[in-house]
Amino acid sequence: MEKENDEVILLDYWPSMYGMRLRVALAEKEVKYEFKEEVVGGVKSPLLLKMNPIHKKIPVLIHNGKPICESLIAVEYIDEVWKDKSPLLPSDPYQRAQARFWADYIDKKLYAPGRKTWDAKGEEKEEGKKELIKSLKVLELEALGDRPYFGGESFGFVDIAFIGFYSWFYTFETFGNFSMEAECPKLVAWGTRCLQKESVSKSLPDPYKIYEIILTYRKHFGLE
Amino acid sequence: MEEVILHGTSYNLFTYRVIWALKIKGIPFDYIEEEHSDKGSLIMKYNPAFKRFPILFHGEKALSESMVILEYIEDTWPQNPLLPIDPFDRAKARFWVKFAGDKGHCVGTMYYTTGEKQEKAIKETIEMLKIIEEQAFGDQEKNFFGGEKIGIVDMAFGIIPHWLEVIEDIVGVKLLEPHSFPRLLNWVQNFKEEQVIKENLPNRDNMFVFLKNQREILLSSS
Repeated sequence: MEKENDEVILLDYWPSMYGMRLRVALAEKEVKYEFKEEVVGGVKSPLLLKMNPIHKKIPVLIHNGKPICESLIAVEYIDEVWKDKSPLLPSDPYQRAQARFWADYIDKKLYAPGRKTWDAKGEEKEEGKKELIKSLKVLELEALGDRPYFGGESFGFVDIAFIGFYSWFYTFETFGNFSMEAECPKLVAWGTRCLQKESVSKSLPDPYKIYEIILTYRKHFGLE
Repeated sequence: MEEVILHGTSYNLFTYRVIWALKIKGIPFDYIEEEHSDKGSLIMKYNPAFKRFPILFHGEKALSESMVILEYIEDTWPQNPLLPIDPFDRAKARFWVKFAGDKGHCVGTMYYTTGEKQEKAIKETIEMLKIIEEQAFGDQEKNFFGGEKIGIVDMAFGIIPHWLEVIEDIVGVKLLEPHSFPRLLNWVQNFKEEQVIKENLPNRDNMFVFLKNQREILLSSS
């Protein structure tokens, strides 16, 4: 139920794959919101420290002054509050459980190894790359299969959980020295399909810009 | 109603979470105890991603990962709810469930390491307990994180009563001091006295012996 004086703020940083989840979810529900940028790596703003005192991390969804932290939790919140439009989670309990399982898998198995492809050197980097590819293949085979979306015939919770990572594919493969298309062609095709949706295309940054910012980071920390 | 079968392992918190949830909702189920070291056909077929129990079968459906299972139980059997109704309160509950999942491993690490690694794990455990003590209870005085009744957050923090105490004894530390954690200790007391929990906790002495032996095996093989 959307009230006219609903105030929705998203505290976010443009390259954040977690922030992208919320941008897409809000766009799917056609909820107007204010994007407040918080630069990760800079001085944390008083608003962030107030809204997420425990983890001090973005994204934070602020709805009528109340903070919701942790991106997947916030996506579920969005689904529950704006329930009349575009359901994000399936209604069947078993399918919901499957969705939660894979979203949890994405959170646990991809971020750390993905990061190693651009933030580590030597053996650690190679291990990260191997781990990332292995986990992506599991996702491709077990969670996506031959379906158009992780949600089946329609875009849903797991698609939202993973879509941010898609915009980082170019960064992972370039610094990790492998080809996403060669390793996980179905995931690449899935990403292209998702980008046909306006809620996705207007929420995701240009992958090349992510690559550029990581390149700057690497030069700064002597990784280039 | 379709048959409910829970495959779990003894003394395992994650298995007990599911037992508590099913008992609170009054769902009849069969329990099959599996070997801790078993990475056999059930695990490989139904949870190859994380390779662990518990696994819950509801008719033909198979579910793994304890907190995913708890949300499924909540969705399927709405009586005696484990989650609040209001979306914001639900989001807060889920936040603490995630917190328990992300941080709880330090208790395990404290148990199966020594030296510097253990020191670090002890510090992290204290840090985790402090945050719960200061932030998770909110402003109101309640018996449980779920309010007047046990809820999903109480189950997520289930490692603290019973398991942490036994691990403290084995490792030889005392982290849950009354002057530092009055609210937590009060909650531990309430939690353990709750009927469903009291009737469904592993025997403390047996668990102590089991975990002590396991620790010796782990440490001698590393």
